[in-house]
Amino acid sequence: MPKDTGIGASTKRREDLRFLTGRGVYTDDLSLFGQAHAVMVRSSVAHGRIVSIDTAAAEAMPGVLAVFTGEDFKDVGGNPAGWLINSRDGTPMREPKRPVLAHGKVRHVGDAYAAVIAETYAQAKDAAQVLADATVIEELPAVVDMRAAVANAANRVHDEIPDNLCFDWGWIEDNRAAVDAAMKAAPHVVTLELTNNRLVPNAMEPRASIGEYFPGTGDYKLTTTSQNPHLTRLLVCAFVMGIPENKLQVVAPDVGGGFGSKIYHYGEEALVLAAAKRLGRPVRWTAERTESFLSDAHGRDHVTKIELGCTKEGDILAIRTETLANVGAYLSNFSTATPTFLHGTLMAGPYKVPHVYVNVKTVFTNTAPVDAYRGAGRPEATYSIERAVDKMCRELNLDPFEVRRRNLLTPDQFPYTTPVGLVYDTGNYQATLDKAIELADVSGFEARVAESAKRGKLRGMGLSTWIEACGIAPSHLVGVLGSRVGLYDAATVRVNATGTISVMTGAHSHGQGHETVFPQIVAEKLGIPESSVEIVHGDTAKIPFGMGSYGSRSLAVAGSAMDRALDKIIAKGKKIAAHMLEAAEGDITFADGKFSVAGTDKAKSFGEIAFSAYVPHNYPLETLEPGLEETAFYDPANFTYPAGAYICEVEVDAETGKVDVVAFTAADDFGNVMNPLIVEGQVHGGVGQGIGQALCENTSYDENGQLLTGSYMDYAMPRADDVPFYTVDHSCATPCTHNPLGVKGCGEAGAIGSPPAVVNAVIDALHRGGITHVAHIDMPVSPNRVWQAING
Amino acid sequence: MTKVTMTVNGKSVSAEAEGRTLLVQYLREGLGLTGTHVGCDTSQCGACVVHVDGKAVKSCTVFAMDVAGSEVCTIEGMANADGSLGVVQQAFQDHHGLQCGFCTPGMVMSSAALLAENPRPSESEIRHYLEGNICRCTGYHNIVKAVLAASGQDAGAMAAE
Repeated sequence: MPKDTGIGASTKRREDLRFLTGRGVYTDDLSLFGQAHAVMVRSSVAHGRIVSIDTAAAEAMPGVLAVFTGEDFKDVGGNPAGWLINSRDGTPMREPKRPVLAHGKVRHVGDAYAAVIAETYAQAKDAAQVLADATVIEELPAVVDMRAAVANAANRVHDEIPDNLCFDWGWIEDNRAAVDAAMKAAPHVVTLELTNNRLVPNAMEPRASIGEYFPGTGDYKLTTTSQNPHLTRLLVCAFVMGIPENKLQVVAPDVGGGFGSKIYHYGEEALVLAAAKRLGRPVRWTAERTESFLSDAHGRDHVTKIELGCTKEGDILAIRTETLANVGAYLSNFSTATPTFLHGTLMAGPYKVPHVYVNVKTVFTNTAPVDAYRGAGRPEATYSIERAVDKMCRELNLDPFEVRRRNLLTPDQFPYTTPVGLVYDTGNYQATLDKAIELADVSGFEARVAESAKRGKLRGMGLSTWIEACGIAPSHLVGVLGSRVGLYDAATVRVNATGTISVMTGAHSHGQGHETVFPQIVAEKLGIPESSVEIVHGDTAKIPFGMGSYGSRSLAVAGSAMDRALDKIIAKGKKIAAHMLEAAEGDITFADGKFSVAGTDKAKSFGEIAFSAYVPHNYPLETLEPGLEETAFYDPANFTYPAGAYICEVEVDAETGKVDVVAFTAADDFGNVMNPLIVEGQVHGGVGQGIGQALCENTSYDENGQLLTGSYMDYAMPRADDVPFYTVDHSCATPCTHNPLGVKGCGEAGAIGSPPAVVNAVIDALHRGGITHVAHIDMPVSPNRVWQAING
Repeated sequence: MTKVTMTVNGKSVSAEAEGRTLLVQYLREGLGLTGTHVGCDTSQCGACVVHVDGKAVKSCTVFAMDVAGSEVCTIEGMANADGSLGVVQQAFQDHHGLQCGFCTPGMVMSSAALLAENPRPSESEIRHYLEGNICRCTGYHNIVKAVLAASGQDAGAMAAE
């Protein structure tokens, strides 16, 4: 019988009421008295030297209040990389300064070198065009292709970086010789070169920021589209603007999706703050969609060669990869962690493979910065492994299901230390595989192939078994790996005098449903109604210092912090109850919302204890402070390791090359599930994005660095008729062993596991249709590429 | 600037507009009806869909002046008279047809327009009709289910969980 409240209930989302009635408040919905409008002036060339910017004509335009250029920010700090990675030889990575506004050189199309502030948006936009026309930029050769960037040292994105390399990373360098030896000794080696296509995250709400300055106090306020307002505050204050943290409030109100792109601090946030101070007025900026395409951090963009050594029976003996990872023109905040510690550490997959070595060279190019996008490094690792395993099955004529069974770790092997530095705590990969096989009706597949053939379609099935590391992250570990921050999270539970509860969390909800799910946990734990609990998030003036939401970490880290704070509330409640009930503290038990003296019928309700804490007339004031409010910081002991098995069925029209995903099954192990309705929705969304990557999405720059896919007319977002209904399951749960909720995280799974399942299915369809010369097609597996592959 | 008058959500309203003022700007900035969103500027994403004289229209691509005198309905006008969620809105909540909520107003307006034309659409008719509305969060699964449910069809039977 499904629960109707608390942990495990499919509680309908309370936040929907405002979103469904047009009462959500997103950044651009705010209108402030006296506000002025900023428009950014962006480079139209990929690489150039700024010769001159004549601001006079723009400044004379109607309504123009101020013009900013890179000169105005040349003395403030740069937007930093969050992780410092060393090269294989021990040398530190190159970290060029990323200024608020480009100064001296522009380095990608869309690189902002000036901003115009005016009374109205239209006036600012008109003047921005005049300013662009009055700017002289000497165009330089663009560095676009990664291989060319590394090979041709004459063209430099940053003058001081001769080979366009940020770093050349090996993981784990000490294992390299053993991996090479194992590969050499392997009876069979599969080799595959593949591209993990560059994507634009495309949260539906474009980025927006509003700066305010209050001269009476010297305080600033930034309202912005952020997944982590405290991190944004830290970056703006400590690295870029030099504002004391206690003088800047950062608010991320309703945020319309993030998918990684709103983790990072962007120059526009510093710009509106500086402009607000100079003008003494609120200054707002909202991206147009094309600006989002040009200036949001992109995702993926790896070129990888993977080698997989195995026996003829399909036992994986060694994996070795070489990757070029694009970081674009500047380092975005997580861009150095994504292709390294979120990618290389996952290269063993869910398999008992003894030898793994990963080499990643990160490359500067004259393109937009590239950073974490839903999955972040783990989709790239999963795609490489699962495509290589699929190719192995085809080359050795092995059954892909049986090969997975041979290689998957078994439940008795946990905790399992991988050859790439992680310790998987728990899992049951056979169970999710079996569940996926059952739900996908694999036994009926041949009949469906025949049915498709009658309609002239080639049907194929693709499998992927995958793992990810979530719940980012143990601070001591990420510190060793080069992180400049800790990755704990925090919660304050404030019990109000009348027994209602406010939870201030460091997590940020931009679609994940925290306002509904977090109260379910509180209600379960305290035995009170969900409706008595309110979640406060997204405002640095209200919440404790937490690191925000990304990396499927909200419940695993911030939820665990909340759980710890609730433990403290209960512990204090027992002390209060002991006094009121005239019993020893050790005799007080708490269950179903009541503090009771064990073995008696003496009890006080949670509400009575709360009231007593705030109206302490009968209260042990000599030994206990009044009030009932507790804060906990939680630093995870390990990553969490969600895993699963995905099966995709496609139909390919060999005449046109068009691929239709006709069925998709996802069997996941997320550990304990707090709200199945929301968890399933997260998987649906992730799978939708993964199908988008596999079939249609691509970010394309031409040889001059012009973005060819700068709007929804050119960048193919998946639409409702590009995807099927999905079959999703999370019943094969092995609870996380090291966080109090036993949760693993579900936000990224769909986007990680699905692309290889789709591509494997397409290759399978072609082979079943007798088109056996096609070993691989790079994503997106568009009709053009499929047709070319078939007819090539 | 000219005063432009129309009926929005059953009330006669007027606000200043330039010739280049788009209907979405008129609604958001002129009337403060910020439920209608701008997601793309190129008529592709559908976050800005409203009803103009009963038809679904992308309000980022219509000048306010061109619809002066029309009857416009926005997401703010979709609830029942007592403030409770309308049928389509309720189905979206029941079936978790929204996550971040940004595309949601346009999705609800397009879905309502579909159901006005076609009260019992098939799954493929729903998917085809909603092609002009992009959602990045839901993978469309629960949106399609919600529209099926709003049309009185058994969404659970047609869509596996």
